[in-house]
Amino acid sequence: MGPGRPGSRLKTGQIIGCALVKARDTGKNRPNSKVMAMLVVEKLTKSFSKKQAVASVSFQIGKGEVIGFLGQNGAGKSTTLRMICGAIEPDAGDARISGYSILEHRRQAQRLIGYLPEGAPLYPDMRVAEFLDFMADCHQLRGPARRSALERVINDTRLASALGQTISTLSKGFKRRVGLAGALLHDPPALILDEPLDGLDPIQRSAVKNLISTMAPDKAVLISTHNLDDIPAMCSRTVLIDHGRIIADETPEQFAARSAGSLETAFAALVSETASATY
Amino acid sequence: MSTYFATPLAYIFLAIFLSSIGLFTWDISGFFEAGKADLDAFFSWHPWLYIFFMPALAMRLWSDEKLLGTIELLNSLPVSLSGLVTGKLLAAWTVAGAGLVMTLPWWIMVNYLGDTDNGVIAVSYLMSWLMAGAFLGIGSTVSALTSSSAIAFVLSVGASFLITAAGWPILSVNIDSVFGPALSEIVSQFSFMTHFSPAQRGVVELRNIIFFLSFIGLSIAATRLLIEYRRRVPK
Repeated sequence: MGPGRPGSRLKTGQIIGCALVKARDTGKNRPNSKVMAMLVVEKLTKSFSKKQAVASVSFQIGKGEVIGFLGQNGAGKSTTLRMICGAIEPDAGDARISGYSILEHRRQAQRLIGYLPEGAPLYPDMRVAEFLDFMADCHQLRGPARRSALERVINDTRLASALGQTISTLSKGFKRRVGLAGALLHDPPALILDEPLDGLDPIQRSAVKNLISTMAPDKAVLISTHNLDDIPAMCSRTVLIDHGRIIADETPEQFAARSAGSLETAFAALVSETASATY
Repeated sequence: MSTYFATPLAYIFLAIFLSSIGLFTWDISGFFEAGKADLDAFFSWHPWLYIFFMPALAMRLWSDEKLLGTIELLNSLPVSLSGLVTGKLLAAWTVAGAGLVMTLPWWIMVNYLGDTDNGVIAVSYLMSWLMAGAFLGIGSTVSALTSSSAIAFVLSVGASFLITAAGWPILSVNIDSVFGPALSEIVSQFSFMTHFSPAQRGVVELRNIIFFLSFIGLSIAATRLLIEYRRRVPK
């Protein structure tokens, strides 16, 4: 099986331009070649009605890296994630997943991405099983591969008890898990998750964090989150965005070291520095 | 399509559609008083009822995707946008077709009541179904313009009325008197009435079939363009 075939387990040697990066690296071994990184974001830019939401954002993610994408509300996190997944088109810049450009080879690139949008939008009239079948159809999963993929994500996200339930009747946390199951179904090499832990209870949060940590060695994971407490447990790197620009790209330890070991203080300090510079 | 039948929507639509078309055919048109074993009265109401019923089927096709935020999910999936647009339209068209199929017992009934021209009725059913598809095309395109299904419904009804009434004799006479016969003729050629009426006389004209199919094709293309435009220039 080669890269891009839905449902396949991707092995190191079969991924185009993939770098071997240890999880929770110190930053010294970060991929320094655009060709080697699994996900490359290059100067993504987007404006809405003359207001610049994202300004020339660039970063790379290698296999085995879990990036915490941080920023205040309205900083440009979700817009960046949407551009990477092809949900909206950038005004400038590009994103490449295993070498496939989201602009020039959109469908091939999207086959390699598992995306959980902000708020986990779902179809309220569908049952959970129907939604997963719909996602399997979209990713062209058939036969034994489809059955095993469905079984895997249902087990991983613990949805067995809710398969027959209509989505509109689910709790916020369960809906988030259904969305996550949809993103994981085709076993993509790149995961783009917008607030995956939002609305989950502590047990569910722990389960999802464990799931992400288990999958991380084989994937490039980009997680948008507001909750700084999640960063040390899950992420090997943090990328901070403010007013549409990247203002920090470093390990959680380096990030916390800016302000006596506190992520919150470091975050607030960086954001206020940017505000001072702007105004 | 399963979503239509997963909620009461399809069932309510079919019930009200059948009740309305039955009321207009058997009561308002005076079917039994007319003493003719045909379905002329039945088919004559189709364009006017479709003005309201087809927008009702189509109003949620894309407006709900925007309202729910699932348009973002769809745009991130490796699926053909043309396939999505066509698939949604076909699903709604199938429900409309189901409504027509449920009136088939009336066809059997008029055969029982007297001598009837089944060729005329068969042609009328075909053209009515094609016309329903064209109305749904309007609804699909309008629904891609807004996240409000109510606004989509109202705009679709308005557009459907204009396209139906364009071939109305009262309207074409007025256009004729103001702008001349040439413009009146052009305007009437875009009317659904102009292309549906021959079927009620049992006449199958290829140009009328092509008209409706082309209209549906154009609607699919327009819907696709609108969705792609919103992907490039989101609000």
